[in-house]
Amino acid sequence: MAAKLPEEVGKEAVLVKGWWRANKWLLLRRASQLLVIALFLTGPLLGEGYWIAKGNLTSSLTFDILPLTDPYILLQSFFAGHEIISQALIGAVIVTVFYFLVGGRVFCSWVCPVNIVTDTADGLRRKFNIKGGARFSRNLRYWVLAMTLIIAVISGSIAWELINPVSILQRSIIFGFGYAGLVILAIFIFDLLLSRQGWCGHLCPVGAFYSLLGRISLIRVSAANRENCDDCMDCFLVCPEKQVIKPALKGAEQGAGPVIMDKNCTNCGRCIDVCAKNVFKFSNRFNNDMLMNESKKEEVAP
Amino acid sequence: MFEHQLSRRRFIVETARTASGVALLGVGLGLYTKESKSLPVYALRPPGVKSEDDFLSACIRCGLCVRDCPYDILKLSKLAEPVALGTPYFEARKIPCEMCEDIPCVKACPTGALDKGLTNIDDARMGLAVIVDQETCLNYLGLRCDVCHRICPLINEAITLEPRHNQRSGKHTLFIPVVHSDKCTGCGKCERGCVLEEAAIKVLPLDLAKGELGHHYRLGWEEKEKAGESLVTPDIEHKYNLPEGLRYEHDGKGLLKDSR
Repeated sequence: MAAKLPEEVGKEAVLVKGWWRANKWLLLRRASQLLVIALFLTGPLLGEGYWIAKGNLTSSLTFDILPLTDPYILLQSFFAGHEIISQALIGAVIVTVFYFLVGGRVFCSWVCPVNIVTDTADGLRRKFNIKGGARFSRNLRYWVLAMTLIIAVISGSIAWELINPVSILQRSIIFGFGYAGLVILAIFIFDLLLSRQGWCGHLCPVGAFYSLLGRISLIRVSAANRENCDDCMDCFLVCPEKQVIKPALKGAEQGAGPVIMDKNCTNCGRCIDVCAKNVFKFSNRFNNDMLMNESKKEEVAP
Repeated sequence: MFEHQLSRRRFIVETARTASGVALLGVGLGLYTKESKSLPVYALRPPGVKSEDDFLSACIRCGLCVRDCPYDILKLSKLAEPVALGTPYFEARKIPCEMCEDIPCVKACPTGALDKGLTNIDDARMGLAVIVDQETCLNYLGLRCDVCHRICPLINEAITLEPRHNQRSGKHTLFIPVVHSDKCTGCGKCERGCVLEEAAIKVLPLDLAKGELGHHYRLGWEEKEKAGESLVTPDIEHKYNLPEGLRYEHDGKGLLKDSR
């Protein structure tokens, strides 16, 4: 079957599986993203007594007992020359262990509110068949990540937080917007017109950091029924990191197992949703039966 | 899609392009970071901040201090505000620090950006109150306003009233408010309380409000006290070269004529 028009992506899955099942993981993700932010707003909206999570995504205290701290920002603070104290360290260890298990970039697809913005941009790109735009290396984000740490060292200051759209958006929702809408609009337009998945898939150092955190994480998407694949290309078209699919889906002949091992798979489950043939499912890294000589090659600049 | 066939030349060009693009972004970010350290004078940091430099290496902008402030005094800086983005501050003239005894903001801070070593709020140094305008301060004009003095949580310690002669009327006393930097926490209550349209007393950042003696300076009277005696050649007793028959009585009688 030949590749179809982008706007038809997922239609077959809806016909075969029904609308709910064809959007199951997308809906769960949106619920998760909104719920996480909502937990921080329980105090301001419901009153002091119902405050579930205080702070924001960089550091929080849930039910006055569970501390969580973003390990990336703590690392920047360390590079900026500040001594890390136990209160923050405990929170960062908990977060690190969590993403180590479920997949680093689960942060991107299940928690980060910017994902809603960039997913919307990508959806509109497909809907209106907007093609082209600037193309960057998928590895650009690691350069940006390194740059943020170097600037932290040189300036002795958590520099990236001055312009980080990820924290600007989540903090703005929780603490008040101001002009933050402009930054979000910029990201949206960037992804819609200037570069496909430009922010989350190429530039964002937060995602880059979390991808490294989840490099050998446990929970993985598996193309378990890859022999059923009819090459409709739907999964490639919806995947925010489409380079991660091929080694698993088409790797049978090279002897690669069906589990998506790439550190940049966000475990968003959208491929599971849109596949009419039920090729994909959530699994774990040890269910990679055919693992013989898995290619260790990473994508380089296009 | 399969880039591993890239020629070496193309690889080098691509790498150089990525590296220089990111480096340009880095230069811009670095310069902006430098600029972001210039905290405007009206923005005061919560208690426990040692220096702006130190604070910006430690504050992760989580807002836990904001949440735990019982009086909703602190706020996180938003875009286009001239305070480093996302960091907490307050403005004394709008709403000053209440100086809670248990210092919940410091306790809430997960990174130590607000120093955990601060356990007594009286040791906080958020800034220093300064009478910035002696021409409009009502007490300087000879009135008994006294609001800054009365409202000060450390009344008679951080702000005292010192009597001075009123030159204008010639018969009254001015009660001049004087701030003492060894006690003032910079909470901002005086600035908030000042009854003028524009406050005559303002809390300024410490480095702006304080002078600093040259490190080689020694104050003679202090050194003398330490040593228990004068460190320079002792004063010699004054001698008068009076005409014969006259002498000077130091105990108060003054010039005396020797009785024959």
